[in-house]
Order: sequence, then C-alpha cells, then structure tokens
Amino acid sequence: MNDRSRDIGEFIPAPDDDMIVCRCEEITKGEIRRAVHDGMFTLTEIRRYLRTGMGLCQGQTCTKLVKGIVARELGVRPDELEPATGRAPMRPIEMRILAKDGEGTK
Amino acid sequence: MKRYDMIVVGAGPAGLSAAIEAARRGLRVVVYDENEKPGGQLFKQIHKFFGSKEHKAKIRGFKIGEELLSEAAALGVEVVLNAIVIGLFREKEITVKIGESVEHIKGDTVLIATGASENMVTFPGWTLPGVIGAGAAQTMMNLHGILPGQRVLMLGSGNVGLVVSFQLMQAGCEVVALADAAPRVGGYGVHASKVARCGVPFYLSHTIISADGDDHVTGVTIGEVDKSWKIIPGTEKHFDVDTICLAVGLSPMSKLCDMAGCEMEDNPAKAGFVPKTDKFGETSVAGIYAAGDVSGIEEASSAMIEGRIAGIAAAARLGFITVEERDDEAAKQEAALDGLRKGMFAPGMRGKAISETEEGVPLSQSLLNHGFVADDEIERFPGVTHSKGIHPVIECTQNIPCNPCQDACPKHCIRVGSNITALPSIDPEVKCTGCGMCVASCSGQAIFLVNEDCGDGTAEVTLPYEFLPLPQKGDKGTALSRSGEAVCSAEVVGVRSTKAFDHTNLLTMKVPAEFAMKARFFRRED
Repeated sequence: MNDRSRDIGEFIPAPDDDMIVCRCEEITKGEIRRAVHDGMFTLTEIRRYLRTGMGLCQGQTCTKLVKGIVARELGVRPDELEPATGRAPMRPIEMRILAKDGEGTK
Repeated sequence: MKRYDMIVVGAGPAGLSAAIEAARRGLRVVVYDENEKPGGQLFKQIHKFFGSKEHKAKIRGFKIGEELLSEAAALGVEVVLNAIVIGLFREKEITVKIGESVEHIKGDTVLIATGASENMVTFPGWTLPGVIGAGAAQTMMNLHGILPGQRVLMLGSGNVGLVVSFQLMQAGCEVVALADAAPRVGGYGVHASKVARCGVPFYLSHTIISADGDDHVTGVTIGEVDKSWKIIPGTEKHFDVDTICLAVGLSPMSKLCDMAGCEMEDNPAKAGFVPKTDKFGETSVAGIYAAGDVSGIEEASSAMIEGRIAGIAAAARLGFITVEERDDEAAKQEAALDGLRKGMFAPGMRGKAISETEEGVPLSQSLLNHGFVADDEIERFPGVTHSKGIHPVIECTQNIPCNPCQDACPKHCIRVGSNITALPSIDPEVKCTGCGMCVASCSGQAIFLVNEDCGDGTAEVTLPYEFLPLPQKGDKGTALSRSGEAVCSAEVVGVRSTKAFDHTNLLTMKVPAEFAMKARFFRRED
C-alpha cells in the first residue's frame, strides 16, 4: 500500500471535483484526489496534508467518504486502507479546558 | 484519582444493560455519556420493538430506555451526563471532560459502548440546509418536538429509513417518495408495508442526482441506476421537497478502542472498523470490553444482550462471580442473542439473495421491489386464511425473529412455535372473538381482523392505526390498498384504544365485500 513508486496514473479532472466532501474544513473531492497524486497514500497523510476530518465533527461525517475516494484513486478496496490513527482528544475541546487537564481530579 | 470497578462509555442500550448486570453483581459502576439525555438512540424510538417476549418485544423503544434507567438507578449505577470521554488509554484510564475540567478516572474494567454514527452520501447540493440524517430527523421530532420539514424525500430502505419515514408521517410530514440505490428493500417487509399502504411510492434502484436550492433545499432529482450504479439517462424524476433525509447506514464509532490499543479489523459484515472481541465482548486488551453498535452494527435488542454479557464477564474478571457462574449466565444470554440473529435479516445473511421462506413459500417479489405484497402473492402465506365471521389475517411474509403475536391471542389461535423466526399460522379450530390483542401486539403492524362477509354485501376490516387526529366512528373516507392506492370508499364503524393496546389504536372500517382482502388502510375525507 505504501509503495510510492507504484503507478496510479495521471490525475484526471472530473466534473464533480468541486464538490465539498469534508464540510467542516471545506475540502473538495478534487483536492482529495489531487492529494493522492501528490503522493499521500495513507489516510493519516491525507488528514495532515488537507485537514480532512480535523474539524468540528472530527470526521464523523467524512471519514468514510474520504476513504472511499482515496481507495478509488489508488485502485484498492476501501477496507484495505488503514484508518487514520485515533488519539486524544477524541472530541473537540476548548484549549483553556484541555490546558487544565487533571485539575478536576484533585 | 477516582477509581471504579467498571467504567462504561455510552449510556445507550448496550452501556446501560452492562452497567445493570455488573452493578447487580456488586461492582461499583459509572456510566459517562456525552449527551444531555441518557438512553442513546432508545428515546428516539417510538415504535414497538421486535423480538421475543422475554427480551422486550412489543415494548416501545423509549419505554425500554426508561426501564433500563430506573433499573440502573435502583442498583446504584452512577450515570454522568454531558461527560465527554476524550481519551482511553491502555492502562484502563480515561480522560473525561465534565463541565470546565478534564478528569482522569481509572477503571478495573472499561466497556466501550459508544454506538455508531450515520453514513452520508454526496451529491451536488448535499451540504444545503435541509439535507439531514435520519437520526437527526428523529432527534428533532421525537426528542424536541420539532418538525424537520413539510415535504420529505427519504433515501434508504433499510429499517432506519422505513421506520423514520413512518415516524415523519406520524409527526405530520408528507413523505413524497422513498428511494434506494439497491434493487431490493433492505429492511423488514412489514416496516415497508406500513409505509407503502399510506401511499408512499418506493423507487428502488434509484439514487439522488442532485438537490436544488440556493440557501436551503427546495427540491430533489432522483434517477434510476444501472448495475454499475450509473444513472440511466431519461429516468430522472423531480420532487418539490424542503427536506432530504438520508438513511444510508451506520458506521461504528470505535476510535476509543483503536486509541486504547485494541486490535481492530475492518469487517464489512460488521459495517466497518471494529475491535476484535471474544464471545464475552472482551477486546485484545484485557479488561476492555466493547458492546453494541461499536463492535458491529445490529439492532438495539442485540446491543442490550451484548451489554449484559459484557457486564457479567466484567464481574467474573474482578472476582465478583466465579467463572462457572459467568459461563452459565452468559450462555443464557448467548442463546437469546443467537435467537435474534436468525432469519433472513441475520448479520450473516447480508447481501445474500433469498428466494423463499424457511417454510418454502416463495417470497413476495413485489414487497422487495415496491414495498408491498401484491394481491396475487398474499394468499400463499400461512397467516392468510379465510373463514366465516371475524378472523385474523396475518400479513407476515418474511422470517424475522419475532413472536409476540403467539402469546397475544387469549384463545391461542396464533402459532409461531419454538423457532422464533417461523411465519405465524392460524389454528382454524379456534373461534376468533375479535378482541384485537393480536393486532396491537404486532410490532410490524401486519395483523388485521377481517370479517369478509357481514351478510349485507359489506366486509369489515380492523387495522392498526397510529396517526393523529384519530378518526371517529361514522367518519367517511377512502380505503387504501397495500400499495396505498385508493380502492373504494369506506366508513369507520369503530375505533378502539385501550391501555393494553399501548397506543396502537384499532380502527374498524366497513368496505364493499369484494375489497375485504384488498383494503388495508383508511384515509379520512378532508
């Protein structure tokens, strides 16, 4: 999967490239497809490169959609792609509260 | 640091059930839920549940939620709401945001019961206000008493799409069409039938091409898809709607499990990325369990049993019960779970084309393709018989795990038998008294009482009716067929509502005798 020398062909523009897929961060289908051709073969890379799934909903809406688009671009089945890593905080949280991590326990 | 015997994340059916079983065995249990109300999706479920009598069949979902909450409270389970678990670590420590602070709490066992999130599909206009998930529609209607819109198109014919379509109509919306890209109805046929007979057209092999509108939805265009899911030109259909409701499946919200280091798998049979669990729901990290939709999408009934098993297993892990007791008690729950996982809609049957019932009766193709059983198909099912005087007609045509009708008849005239998925049949020797208990007991609203010949050229049809305002005796209107087409004029000759019917009203209408086996719904003249 991570063989970057693998030929996935040219980026071919499509009529629905301007459709928003990650609505929190306003990332379009075309941007995601182009990111794959830029060499982002894993969902974690796509997330860091474009910020898909990094907004308010934390990917609850677009994770599966992004996965489908990336898989199609790479020519693999969606379940062959490793999901992006899950890490804390699992939900959006204000920095001023996160900064007090642990204080509530005392 | 606070410490509990068991931390449960998610106060839905699985989480509460686990908490109850664990607390009953002496564990100190806390349940965290990020919502302001507990119960998960249960409080949005106003319909009667399927299943067996022992497992809350024919009880409405929100009532089950109330029962679980009071049971948990009585056992001393601490339920903390507006508590957002933002981290779960291998050492079975969680970080949870409560109010203005983040607390660290340790559990000797942890159960993840975070449920699922709704899938979305994209089409031009999908980000317009007015495109909503079916779950959102339920939240608006059933929790907050707000109508999502006036005219709705539903995408998705699984149980969620079917049940929510019916609830939208109960709330007063018009459902203009139900579409699904799949060639066959995905959910229970009885759920489809009760939507279809209200006059909702089903468009199978159809998907949304686009939503119209500048700043909100004003319309939708659907089109037929071919075998490779491409729109067939010339098949476009447009509807003026203000709401597009999406019911295109659920995905497990399993990120906490992943984060805790549980071994995960992407399993299409479980509808997504789920933790690998043993038969007690324990993940690869000892002491961390998962139950309910987070470990594979199923019904709430299954989630409750999975939760109970995990609660029992956690009690054994901590020495509150012996391993023998665990195996004994879990085995009983597993037997119930196996029962629920039988029939045509069992998890293992996903995607398989079935042509006949367990009894060898060919399935209704019209039901699968259009949402209703055709007139020339209905007679072949064992619940559909004819006799003099009033008698039940059971239009139950698929093997689903459900049997409340069998115990409903005080004369014991309905038989499902020990195999819970069997189609109900009628004992012709027993005289029906017309009490209506079977009609009200059927969660699928598939039982009717019919007197095919009242002696004066008319017939009487008694049907389950769950809409307001309730028609009155003497009201005149139109009888609708199984497909929702107007077939004849009808007059209401009786409406019964008793406590035992639990809000399923029994409406009896008089129709010309030739429509006794066709008329299945009543629409009042306005």
